[in-house]
Amino acid sequence: MHVNNEMKVEFLSKSSNESFARVAVAAFVSQMDPTVEELADIKTAVSEAVTNSIIHGYENTMGYVVVTCRIIGDTVEIIVEDKGKGIENIELARQPLYTSRPELERSGMGFTVMETFMDEVEVESEVNKGTRVRMIKKINGSR
Amino acid sequence: MQVSFKTRNKTLIAEIEGELDHHTSVEIKDKIDKEINRKQYKNLILDFTKLTFMDSSGVGVIIGRYKNIQKRNGKMLIVNPNPQVNRIITISGVHKIVPVFSDMQGALEEI
Repeated sequence: MHVNNEMKVEFLSKSSNESFARVAVAAFVSQMDPTVEELADIKTAVSEAVTNSIIHGYENTMGYVVVTCRIIGDTVEIIVEDKGKGIENIELARQPLYTSRPELERSGMGFTVMETFMDEVEVESEVNKGTRVRMIKKINGSR
Repeated sequence: MQVSFKTRNKTLIAEIEGELDHHTSVEIKDKIDKEINRKQYKNLILDFTKLTFMDSSGVGVIIGRYKNIQKRNGKMLIVNPNPQVNRIITISGVHKIVPVFSDMQGALEEI
């Protein structure tokens, strides 16, 4: 597939960067002329993936989170990667309401939200190597 | 992000302005819990009129506060979430335990 445009941002796993990641991706995707709802869906999905990297991947230690965003025709591909501790059981992690950190009042809805708001969500993870979440959404836009 | 409080008898109304994500959730939880404990309020209304964004971290905040209010045999309600916030509330099933009202008047009548 021909990639029309691409951007990549890399930032420290600080929780204050969650809003930065959302805004950076939303600003890039804006060139596709998405609807308000499509843009809100993307911001929410990015927020969930980046928060997972910060809380679970790095467990509040410092590391880098990389967000890559590609525009391929009328589709946007967003990849959120960390080099954190990885997910032992991806199937369990993707289940609604499952959280490995109940003491943090986490809802366990992160992957469910990503799956609801994006068309496709793929998770690859290796223990002690890191996690890569790839999300795809077709933008119908306001045109 | 900013939290401001209003009171009506035994009900605390917490108005959350800005974005509710993992980063801001810690401070929001802390402020609401302190205020509830300070005056021993029974009921809690979360006014989301000025909440511009919420992800699943917000669900954790709502359910955590709900558990506290339940211990006091109180009621908890949500008022006026925007469409994005309302989708998170619906997907997570939060609306089944914490009813959502489109306006404050209706919520106050319910309490």
